[in-house]
Amino acid sequence: MKRKEDRRLLTGLGKFVDDIKLPGMAYAAILRSPYAHARILGIDVSKAERLEGVVCTLVGEEVAKLTDPFLQISSPPANKLKDYCLAVGKVHFAGEPVAAVVAETRSTAEDALELIDAEYEAVDHVLDAKEALKPGAPVIHEEVGSNVVFRGKWDYGDINAAMKQADKVVKKTLHFHRFSSTPIENNAVLAQYDKATGFLNVYSNNQMPMFCIPWVSFALKFPSNRIRMVTGDVGGGFGTKIISYPYIVLISLLAMKSGRPVKWIETRTEHLSAANHGNERAFEVEIPVKNDGTILGLKVKAWDDCGAYTRYEPAGATIWAQVTPGCYRFKNFQMEFLQVMTSKCPVGPNRGYSRMQHLWMIERSVDIVARELGLDPTEVRLKNFIRPEEMPYVTPSGGVYDGGNYPESLSRVLKLIDYWRWRKEQVEERKKGRLIGIGISTILDSGTNNFGQVKITNPENPFSGNSEGARISIDGLGGIQVALGTSPQGQGHETFASQVVADEFGVSPDQVTVLMGFDSAVNPYSHQSGAYASRCAVMGTGALLGAAKKVKEKAAKIAAHVLKADPESIEFKEGHAVDRDSGRKIPLWQIGNIAWVNNVLLPEGMEPGLVAIHFWRPDFGLPDEKWRLNQTLTYSYQSHAAVIEMDPETGKFKILKYAIVDDCGKQINPMIVEGQVHGAAAHGIGAAMYENFEYDEDGQLKSSTLVDYLVPTALEVPDLVTESMETPSLFAPKGIKGVGEGGGTPISAIANAVEDALTPYGVEISDSHQNPQRIYELIVKKRKKM
Amino acid sequence: MKLAKLTPKDDLVRVRCKVNGDAHTGTAEPRTLLVYFLRDVLNLTGTHVGCDTGHCGACTVIMDGKTVKSCMVLAVQAEGANILTVEGLAKGENLHPIQEAFWENHGLQCGYCTPGMLMSSLFLLQRNPNPTDEEIRRGIDGNLCRCTGYVNIVKSVKAAAKKMRGVEVTA
Repeated sequence: MKRKEDRRLLTGLGKFVDDIKLPGMAYAAILRSPYAHARILGIDVSKAERLEGVVCTLVGEEVAKLTDPFLQISSPPANKLKDYCLAVGKVHFAGEPVAAVVAETRSTAEDALELIDAEYEAVDHVLDAKEALKPGAPVIHEEVGSNVVFRGKWDYGDINAAMKQADKVVKKTLHFHRFSSTPIENNAVLAQYDKATGFLNVYSNNQMPMFCIPWVSFALKFPSNRIRMVTGDVGGGFGTKIISYPYIVLISLLAMKSGRPVKWIETRTEHLSAANHGNERAFEVEIPVKNDGTILGLKVKAWDDCGAYTRYEPAGATIWAQVTPGCYRFKNFQMEFLQVMTSKCPVGPNRGYSRMQHLWMIERSVDIVARELGLDPTEVRLKNFIRPEEMPYVTPSGGVYDGGNYPESLSRVLKLIDYWRWRKEQVEERKKGRLIGIGISTILDSGTNNFGQVKITNPENPFSGNSEGARISIDGLGGIQVALGTSPQGQGHETFASQVVADEFGVSPDQVTVLMGFDSAVNPYSHQSGAYASRCAVMGTGALLGAAKKVKEKAAKIAAHVLKADPESIEFKEGHAVDRDSGRKIPLWQIGNIAWVNNVLLPEGMEPGLVAIHFWRPDFGLPDEKWRLNQTLTYSYQSHAAVIEMDPETGKFKILKYAIVDDCGKQINPMIVEGQVHGAAAHGIGAAMYENFEYDEDGQLKSSTLVDYLVPTALEVPDLVTESMETPSLFAPKGIKGVGEGGGTPISAIANAVEDALTPYGVEISDSHQNPQRIYELIVKKRKKM
Repeated sequence: MKLAKLTPKDDLVRVRCKVNGDAHTGTAEPRTLLVYFLRDVLNLTGTHVGCDTGHCGACTVIMDGKTVKSCMVLAVQAEGANILTVEGLAKGENLHPIQEAFWENHGLQCGYCTPGMLMSSLFLLQRNPNPTDEEIRRGIDGNLCRCTGYVNIVKSVKAAAKKMRGVEVTA
């Protein structure tokens, strides 16, 4: 089915934040820190305020008086961190907002920034997680006392016994780089304080606008029941638009101070340098193995660099444990996890959030094991995969995998890419000096998180489970309207929701209208609603089915009353309620008419109206004393295979063929699923080959425009050959599993392919970013030894 | 004492151009970019801004028969120009074949890059009515998309080419 959203988006009628104009609207621009770490000696805005067209300015000192620091979810002492929407006293990374200007036009606001005199005294900064732990390292937030956000140990089975049993213990040091999904639409906020009603109306493209209401409410000391959050069309998010709440607070303050609606549209440089990076993570891995390829366990130390603030962290310090063993059966597992702050851009959720780093480490490890044992990587995977007959499978950390067939997924992708032919060709081509590399990876793509997992990092956190709301109404003319809390950003929620509801009422999806975007004054929602964690199809469907059931039960009673039939025998078909026994029927509009405007005809005692709200929640628990819990509801999975050709003279390589087999359970709309698979793969390919946030020694981001931050174009993303499997979820409504994040699979598939191509040189790949220069240097080093 | 604006109001320049067949007159600062003139002055908000460096292509429009990134053109440079934006593609309720093809082939997800992508596709197909996959990829390599991985965009442009050549297509 074609998407319902597309007509407006194709004709230039999409409703994005920057398309909204409110009467009297002014524009904000933000002055940012040029230093990675510095004391603010003074900010003089007097000249800026005298510029014609400037409405007002705002600096950190004022913010500290007007607002409270943002809520922190860390446990003490990391939760003492003071985070404001403008830097107070000190700047903690290059790009941090220090002052803001509101002016009549966007360009005047930007001009005014140049008239602000900001004086700093630079202090030492630290850019590496391990360096940040050393005694005497600069402390980013003095109030915390150190740079440590979280330190925790997960320990399952008996890793020491596994080490003793092993024929060999493979040890490696690995590094997962910084990048971000960088949607084409940057962050945007338009805030209006309505003095008459006392409402704060915020139009933004935040992905979880309802989730951030508490953050905004506490910071602004503003009642939550007068904060109205609105989103329309959102130009991509991929996680990066979750932690934009400091900007929502900043622009709201400016709207209150100026008495004007204030719009702020982030520039690309602001987005790249200060919005949201993905978690950077270093690993030390020890893998006890048998000579036949059996993996006995995994012992890991991880250092997670979360940048200068903890805005959604330390959630990432536990979210990886959704997929503790990946797709593998080993029971012995130990993880010592440290999350550390550095003088870099704060991190936040990014497509495959925290799991992709972990899965990359596992998939890289499996290939390293295969190489060290002289086995084919497919053989090691097949030997260690959880078997389909073991489903539902309980992982060492309490995850409950909801069905799947990993061996079949792998065999299908091997067939799709013609693996064994490439293996032969690889040998032949090597003789001619041509380097072919083949990389595979099978990962989990978990969806619908259990917020209970944040109690691992802080048992006091008032979050657990997950929930979603939906409202369905049939009006007095029979029109079906649906509202959801899912706040989409391109995933086609209007389409899937109308399909699900149409099926329930036996009408065509065209007859169901789903409200676009999100409005907290209109849509039902929980504070866990929103578009994140591949949850919307599953959670939305749960809520829609519940609401549909309520509406249908009532409509059936009305129909049965009119038809003098048994409500149990009423079915909904082709826009009618039909009595199965007599074949007699009445149209939906007539039921709506009776419910809303002809209510004397209602059954005795029945409340008028035909509308239902339903909130749905999956059955989730809390972590036990060993931090075991099912952290997510669904576990989709994907196998990827990449064939590359490497030029050893430059370290550059190209993808010759790329294949994917995806299984996200029962599919509501296969076209949308395939689109999500493509998009996630393109992000992974971009991350593996092009996209990288690197800082120079002064703490300046080296890739702060699209000139340096290389988002792949149509020439870089290869054609993607895809197939899908449909193993229904054992637990989710209709057997649906979440899809969309893709787990960063290409990052490991490509790393594995690069190492495979360089087999003749014996080059080992320990980084997730395959930078040609670094590859070339590795080749040169090996050549010297040859 | 108020500091004078860097660009005083009396410096506003009148810009006359044709957009989607209609004659428009508006005023802009000399430094105003064409994309902001289209969006803020003419209220044609289909053309989007995604970067500040001319790399994302979300602002692509066709000016005097050629695609331009409207964030790389000053409004004053459009004086007397004939401009086509995404709003000018459909004829009333009838979508342009390229729009139909993108819809039928899921060539868009969030829709933010789509207006620019459609304009680059149109420009490509006007010059090359039967492009290969490789030629399509070259034709749209100035337009970034983060949602689709380009797979369905290439498919859409191919389908659009067939439609525009009058070949029967099944989506």
